[in-house]
Amino acid sequence: MLVFRLALSSLWNRRSTAVLTVSAIAISVALLLSVQKLRSAAKDGFANTVSGADLIVGARSGPLNLLLYSVFRVGDATANVSWASYQKIARHHDVAWTIPISLGDSHRGFRVMGTSSDYFLHYRFAASQALSLASGHAFADLYDVVLGADVARQLHYRLGQSIVLSHGLGDVSFSEHKDKPFRVVGILAQTGTPVDRTVHVSLQAITAIHSDWQSGAQARSEDRLSADAARQSDLTPDSITAFLVGMRSRVMTLTMQRAINEYAQEPLLAIIPGVALQQLWDLVSIADTALTIVAAFVVFAGLLGMLTAILTSLNERRREMAILRSVGARAQHIFALLVLEAGVLAFLGVLVGIALTYLLLMVGQPLLASHYGIFVNITALSGYDLLVLGMIILTALCLGLFPAWRAYRNTLSDGLTIRV
Amino acid sequence: MSHSARNTTCGPPRHDGRLRDGQNDVELRDIEFAWPGQAPLLQIERFTLGAGERVFLRGPSGSGKSTLLGLIGGVLTPQRGSVRLLGTDLVQLSAAERDRLRGAQLGFIFQMFNLIPYLSVIDNVLLPTRFNGARRGQVATTNLRNEAERLLKTLGIGSQELLGRRVTELSIGQQQRVAAARALLGRPAVIVADEPTSALDADAREIFLKLLMHECRAQNTTLLFVSHDTSLGAFFDRSVSLGELNRAAAGAA
Repeated sequence: MLVFRLALSSLWNRRSTAVLTVSAIAISVALLLSVQKLRSAAKDGFANTVSGADLIVGARSGPLNLLLYSVFRVGDATANVSWASYQKIARHHDVAWTIPISLGDSHRGFRVMGTSSDYFLHYRFAASQALSLASGHAFADLYDVVLGADVARQLHYRLGQSIVLSHGLGDVSFSEHKDKPFRVVGILAQTGTPVDRTVHVSLQAITAIHSDWQSGAQARSEDRLSADAARQSDLTPDSITAFLVGMRSRVMTLTMQRAINEYAQEPLLAIIPGVALQQLWDLVSIADTALTIVAAFVVFAGLLGMLTAILTSLNERRREMAILRSVGARAQHIFALLVLEAGVLAFLGVLVGIALTYLLLMVGQPLLASHYGIFVNITALSGYDLLVLGMIILTALCLGLFPAWRAYRNTLSDGLTIRV
Repeated sequence: MSHSARNTTCGPPRHDGRLRDGQNDVELRDIEFAWPGQAPLLQIERFTLGAGERVFLRGPSGSGKSTLLGLIGGVLTPQRGSVRLLGTDLVQLSAAERDRLRGAQLGFIFQMFNLIPYLSVIDNVLLPTRFNGARRGQVATTNLRNEAERLLKTLGIGSQELLGRRVTELSIGQQQRVAAARALLGRPAVIVADEPTSALDADAREIFLKLLMHECRAQNTTLLFVSHDTSLGAFFDRSVSLGELNRAAAGAA
């Protein structure tokens, strides 16, 4: 206890160096913890987004590409699925339900998704939770729109408000479907998934707003269809981007997947979300590991900074050690004093690092959600986190052995009367 | 571990109550010490400090005075010979036993940088009693702080306002008195002072020496005072030249 109090007093005496050392460790610990939190948040976010669907079907490309653009709204589809093929598969006797997805338009940076009312009925997220409306209702009219929670909150939209969709993706668009405005009829409750950042309209609405468009450009003014005129036209889509499939029996999933992948009329790809997610983790794990290694090295660099600070102070403290020896401190006391100093610095660094992490998470939570769709839940440290933090303190104590050994040797060779 | 202790002419008896009068508190016999890879620095046939004796040890810088103090303190171990402190041969003790005996029976006053800079005046004085239980037990009263304050007062720096101050805020003269109070607290048998007055001016030096002598006399403490300043010899019972004592120095000359 005495040595511990001496260690604290000694550090307080060198507080400017100690504060810098603690800051370096704290920043590195905050980096490590933040990476951990972001990693698990991203993983949970992905895993929570696809729940309930047995298959995802799209045009033949890669499983990851299909998974990312259909569910996570990341990247674009290379081709579409014809309406006929979709209808044929949707009507298969083993298929319980389907959710069509039609992508390609946006609204002020948020993606627009054309779908059917089955979306509100069958889509599941997290632990099989159904979508629920925070206010309003699902689309009933052709030009009705249902907003994800983040879209409504960030754009300050309310029910009854009129909005215009843009052609194509991107924050700023020069091609807008101004002639066919939509009315907000529903706002979904928060899900913590990309649904929150999606503007939902009916498939027919997607067809209607593109009814007078050809090859990505709107027809000349004399050939344009008004919003009301579009209602009268055939609004059956030619194609959709992808669709989710729920099977009557999970046992049939593999059979149906093979059947779709071997579908002769059109090159299609069916993926099992869980399997594709695993592929995604395998792919990401390399970057994931690299990031963790970098963070671990940053922590190690912080600890080396601490070691440098203690070692640098040793020479000027040889007299202090000699005085302690003269008043009865044993060489082991000197050894313990140095190890404890390292331990106290690391412990404080870890504590400040934890505080910094939570501060960063609180500040960064809304930004991460709005810019990257990653929803970080601010939760207590996991057992793994605590283990890692314990390892950091242990490493600091081990590193502290080196200056402790140097000081111990100094006290043995200096005797009691070292002059500095 | 066993070592003789002493009774004192004033204050409570030493920790085991045995008499030490007539004995030597410190006795070095046939000592040889050399730093690794170097020729012997000290070769001393016999050097003693009688109980309650106040001895002045003189010698120029680099003559091995500090090394001799390291040997008496049990921090350095000679290659040959015996170093007896209160009858116990330090050479035969383990490092931990030497540390314990040093903490209990030796008080040190150094030239400068005598105190732990990050501790207050009172904490510096109390330091030996915190490291060593025997030293704590030797304090006359049960209240360590009272005894520390009494010593500081006797040495002329007893103001309450000074006690909580950091030692770096004191003058060199005041620091030396704090160091003397620390060395005296717990009534160690021997006090070793290594050039404690070299940083003081003539007036401060004389005041410090008189106070130290008075308190050592009051506690019947043996004092080994080391300095290159030969003019101080008059204050002491006996004056010894390390050059004459040390055969290694004589050989080198």
